Amino acid sequence: MNTEEKNLVNRGLAQMLKGGVIMDVTTPDQARIAEDAGAVAVMALERVPADIRKQGGVARMTDPTIIKAIQSSVTIPVMAKVRIGHFMEARILEALEVDYIDESEVLTPADESHHINKHDFKIPFVCGCRDLGEALRRISEGASMIRTKGEAGTGNVVEAVRHMRTLMQDISRVTAMSIDELPACAKELGSSLELLREVKQLGRLPVVNFAAGGIATPADAALMMHLGADGVFVGSGIFKAQNPSRVAKAIVEATTHFDDPVVLASVSENLGSAMEGIEIPSLSQDKLLASRGW
Amino acid sequence: MIGILGLQGDVSEHRSYLLSRYPSIRIVKKPSDLIGIQGLVLPGGESTTMTKLIRSSGLEDPVRTLLLQGLPVWGTCAGTILLSRGGIWPVVEAEVERNAYGTQLHSRVARGRIAGKDVFIPMVFIRAPKIVHVSNNVEILALDEGNIVAVRQGNAILTTFHPELTPDEPLFVDLFLNAVTGSRPPSSMKN
Repeated sequence: MNTEEKNLVNRGLAQMLKGGVIMDVTTPDQARIAEDAGAVAVMALERVPADIRKQGGVARMTDPTIIKAIQSSVTIPVMAKVRIGHFMEARILEALEVDYIDESEVLTPADESHHINKHDFKIPFVCGCRDLGEALRRISEGASMIRTKGEAGTGNVVEAVRHMRTLMQDISRVTAMSIDELPACAKELGSSLELLREVKQLGRLPVVNFAAGGIATPADAALMMHLGADGVFVGSGIFKAQNPSRVAKAIVEATTHFDDPVVLASVSENLGSAMEGIEIPSLSQDKLLASRGW
Repeated sequence: MIGILGLQGDVSEHRSYLLSRYPSIRIVKKPSDLIGIQGLVLPGGESTTMTKLIRSSGLEDPVRTLLLQGLPVWGTCAGTILLSRGGIWPVVEAEVERNAYGTQLHSRVARGRIAGKDVFIPMVFIRAPKIVHVSNNVEILALDEGNIVAVRQGNAILTTFHPELTPDEPLFVDLFLNAVTGSRPPSSMKN
């Protein structure tokens, strides 16, 4: 497969997930609950971000036993996370034939200077970003899908909102710019000029862009869709809620019908308590996951 | 007016593909969106997710009624599953196997053949289903490595690949539009 064909199928899979919810799961049972609720894909993990945050220690790629068990329990795509820069973990996940790799700041970074050269892989990658420059750096390394970083495991949507708004403002600025201004802008953002030209032409990122990090309620999911997300990742928000199945279904409905407040009101009823949230300023600097990677 | 089922999947790709050749498109998310449509497109996406959202949004029965009345419909990939045996609207007598090619590592771009012709077009297969059996009432439209990848029965067209991702190749969208405008020639596909 040449690069153009690889982009078609790998960016294409993300296009098929649009309007959908990707859910973090740690067991085959949770994976089935997610699929039954209407998830478009699951993220196979050993610990959800809220537990990684609480328990501390080095967070690594999930044990292949867990990934395989989850793969055999559902028919929807299975994704899994690797540490930033850990291309050997990525090789292992490719050998396991997961459908998408998330090079994720939620795990402890393995390389503080270099992200994985994702062009080297046949399997697609999704990466986090906080602004347009970061998104385009990941795309130039070969990412086929982008998500906002948000602040995972907090149940607090404020950082995801900040990152999505920043990204969208950057894109509208670039779209309005004259061609002459693009090189200076590329320098300022630290991104490739070629990709910046593509953003200007398309008026959006050249790949699908999901929201992630802190989404805990149907209203959160709808908010992110309104801000321009193509779909949402929900991590701890589902299986740390009182009634995971009900919350999962409600977030699926809210992501589809984000523009219909009557549906949103009805799916938001009687969900039980959402996951307990964390105020971002209460976290010390070294506990902020979004600042991992560049 | 052509409707695109807009609950989940690559809805905007289908929209721009259709808009390049047909003026009025509506995204269908609730029963009232069906009023006045002359054709319906079921996009690529996750068929399990779409099926649940079709039920919860109240579209299951009204769409079934329209399909039984002969509303032209085109399903790509997940849409194929919805319109085949075991799917929510099984108007085509075809049996499909989901994810039959395997995981994403086996997704690929092929040059498939138009049935009965020496014409090959690019076909994007993404975790695609396979059409493993069709009844005698089903016309086979395209093949790839011996597998059936596009069929037609009445006004329903199924493609297991994604024509909307190779918009320079209008063959299948034109076939669907012919069904919509009622000028269905015996076939643009068989000369």
